[in-house]
Amino acid sequence: MHQPTALSRCPSCEEPLESGDLFCGACGYDLSAVPPPPDDHPTIVINGAPAPAGTASGAAQAEARQGHAGHSGPAHAGGAVDWPSAAGTDGTATPAPVHLPGELPGLDSTGVPLSGHTSAGYGSAPSPAHAPASDFELPAPAMPAGAPPHVTDLPSADPADPRTAPPAVPAGTKLCVACRAGHVDTDGYCENCGHAQPRERDHLEQELDAVAAVSDRGLRHHRNEDAFAVSSAALPDGSPAVIAIVCDGVSSATRPDEASAAASSAANEVLLAALPLGTHPQQAMHEAIVAAAEAVNLLAARPGRDDGHEAAHRAQNAPACTIVGAVVASGLLVIGWVGDSRAYWVPDDRTGPPARLTEDDSWAAQMVAAGLMNEAEAYADERAHAITGWLGADAYELEPHTASFKPDRSGVVVVCTDGLWNYAESPQEMARALPPDAAQQPLRSAQVLVGHALDGGGHDNVTVALLPFAVPQQGAGSAYSTA
Amino acid sequence: MANFSKSTVPQFSVEVYQNEYLPEGGREVNAIVTVTSTGGGTTGGVPLTGASARPATPPGQGPDAAVVIMVDCSGSMDYPPTKMRNARDATSAAIDTLRDGVAFAVVAGTHVAKEVYPGNGGLAVADSATRAEARNALRKLSAGGGTAIGTWLRLADRLLSSADVSIRHGILLTDGRNEHEKPEDLRAALDACAGRFTCDARGVGTDWVVKEVTGIASAMLGTADIVADPAGLAADFTEMMENAMGKEVADVALRLWTPVGVEIKFVKQVAPTVEELTERRTDANPRAGDYPTGSWGDESRDYHVSVQVPEAGVGQEMLAARVSLILPAADGTSQVLSQGLVRAVWTDDMAASTSINPQVAHYTGQAELAQVIQQGLEARKSGDFDGATAKLGRAVQLASDSGNADTAKLLSKVVDVVDAATGTVRLKAKVADADEMTLETRSTKTVRVKK
Repeated sequence: MHQPTALSRCPSCEEPLESGDLFCGACGYDLSAVPPPPDDHPTIVINGAPAPAGTASGAAQAEARQGHAGHSGPAHAGGAVDWPSAAGTDGTATPAPVHLPGELPGLDSTGVPLSGHTSAGYGSAPSPAHAPASDFELPAPAMPAGAPPHVTDLPSADPADPRTAPPAVPAGTKLCVACRAGHVDTDGYCENCGHAQPRERDHLEQELDAVAAVSDRGLRHHRNEDAFAVSSAALPDGSPAVIAIVCDGVSSATRPDEASAAASSAANEVLLAALPLGTHPQQAMHEAIVAAAEAVNLLAARPGRDDGHEAAHRAQNAPACTIVGAVVASGLLVIGWVGDSRAYWVPDDRTGPPARLTEDDSWAAQMVAAGLMNEAEAYADERAHAITGWLGADAYELEPHTASFKPDRSGVVVVCTDGLWNYAESPQEMARALPPDAAQQPLRSAQVLVGHALDGGGHDNVTVALLPFAVPQQGAGSAYSTA
Repeated sequence: MANFSKSTVPQFSVEVYQNEYLPEGGREVNAIVTVTSTGGGTTGGVPLTGASARPATPPGQGPDAAVVIMVDCSGSMDYPPTKMRNARDATSAAIDTLRDGVAFAVVAGTHVAKEVYPGNGGLAVADSATRAEARNALRKLSAGGGTAIGTWLRLADRLLSSADVSIRHGILLTDGRNEHEKPEDLRAALDACAGRFTCDARGVGTDWVVKEVTGIASAMLGTADIVADPAGLAADFTEMMENAMGKEVADVALRLWTPVGVEIKFVKQVAPTVEELTERRTDANPRAGDYPTGSWGDESRDYHVSVQVPEAGVGQEMLAARVSLILPAADGTSQVLSQGLVRAVWTDDMAASTSINPQVAHYTGQAELAQVIQQGLEARKSGDFDGATAKLGRAVQLASDSGNADTAKLLSKVVDVVDAATGTVRLKAKVADADEMTLETRSTKTVRVKK
């Protein structure tokens, strides 16, 4: 156990401390971060990036630190070495996928493209990318049994970063983005021209070590009713599991944005809790969708924000959304969905066939399945996009679909809402739209896919998550378990 | 009974009802703004009754109000003589309803205005002694002379301004045409007095002009009504006075902020009565204007705001207007009591953009109802019976659709209703003057949406 602090005062708020404190009692400052414990480099990286304060992110980090502090220091170093080598052993035919797992802790390879994104304006992206990369390796070799519950908390430190960052920016009065003349009032509208200001949710990006997601409002909708959650956990044997959940709020229902946010975070949390306990990913996915449905159902009972703003025809409808999730764990690819959000498989070697992994709960899909129409006719019908399954209190019957795949080659899983697949419906189109280096640059590739949808017209909110999938090589699995 | 569980500081709340969704190219944004004031009166909405009203004032806190009663004493008030007697009794009943501590005066109106009580160029403070003196003074009231309402209002204004109170109210009773001064004189008097005090106006009998009485009430932010039977005067005066006693905060303004490029089409009060406010705007700052709403007790009023916004692309959202309730302070600053937002969101979802908010639809119907009644009666007077039948038929239809039973009942005294749903009516051959005037006076009364 590290002796966390030799400090007598919190470095952040000057509050006097007691020995043994892990965080400051007044501001929540993460004290273990201050005196670097032996060989705790990853910790420094993390804490160096998001200015630690008594915020949500601070708390999340604190938890991470807690798990951290409980384990022996040297194990981390062993892990850091282990990971790249484990992946690196399989340098057979496809060099790119081979480096896939290796690139995660290998900051060099990701670092370069990332910094490119940073200059594109997504300032918080690089630090989370680094942070979990280094964090992730900690428990894997160290404590296969005890560590996972803590490990699963690590990724949650990342979503906290983008959330804490923006509030810092509009601290004072902000100029209106529309007229550039007026300031923004407390309601979020320009005091001169009245235009609504971009909301944080209008465009969201997140990148973890082995998954990236981008969500955008699109060009025709006034708000982003999509939501996503990405995270990574560790299985009981220490091997990694990567999770991506994408939800699309049903616009004709009330508060669709709240529905999608609730569903994606509920599903993510269930998976994060279940996978480290050894639950089969497919079973965990089923449970996650059921939990997501319950979370959306609860919204119907609870009065949300003022519904007076909603048109009368909407106020009657319970909040609803679709869901699609993907889990990559121990060589398995598990997909689960309700509604018309989809998952596609695009192999890294593009000579192999791409595939759609989901079957829409939609009128068109039902028509085709029943043999009443061919695909072209069904999708040409104006009812094509009417969904026949969704999460929400007014859903007839919840039927979570799950499927499990064992790909024999490396590839990328595209998890998306119809805002994207409307512009790349067939697996071939999706494969064409996806950059060839998607496995190496998931965030940039997700941005490219969103750009593809916006170029196509951006008629709906667009959300896409990319999960690179590397075929586990012989020896790699044992490397994890023996470390 | 005083309801001490309620604060005597009024709380205002603003609710906005609208469909904010516009189709591509859509520019018109309509919203119904419901303003509710609670805690204004000490009665908690329970009507005050006679003597029990007086203890309702919290101890140690004198009522901050002044009232002037203006009674028509023109020669016509003696035809029939019951009119003058009832006016005297009504005024006496109103005085009984005055709370202790309220400043008051009685003015006799003819072609000039005369102070009846207290008669010293100022106001008396209500207590049992002054109330008795006032009732005594009323005996002196006699009919004789002409009618020049402008002079009555100016005298009331002089008397009310002598008191340092926040609520200033007048009650005006007339039985005839304002024929001893030019319409411009009355207009000028109203302009001079508007905003300085509020005033309810009542026409007694059937020889007065509806437009004059409703015009006075409208300008003075009060109510107008007919008391066709003089015997009903006392009850009506008592009610008016109770209403006035319930007011707790005066000079509240509805402030409408609109962004650059937004044009205000109209601002109307739509409940409890239709009152056009568009022209009564005073600019508060370059982006905002104030519309007077007078004084408030425990009550709720609805306003219809219609603005035209600049075109914007699908997916855009803007604040079309911000509606707030403003209480101006003596030092020129103002206090925001409550506010609501009117938004515009452009969408290509036709289901969203084509639906009409039920509140907006309802009050659009109520405003049309008031208009077609007035137009129908006008047409009837001018001998255009076809036009009158069409307009009043539409009125019957609207009143029946919206559940405005009171107006429907008044309409049925002027037309024979064949089928209310389709608005098929026949004009009655003989209509009592009182019924026609009642309908015209009360045409602006609205009902709220059935929730």
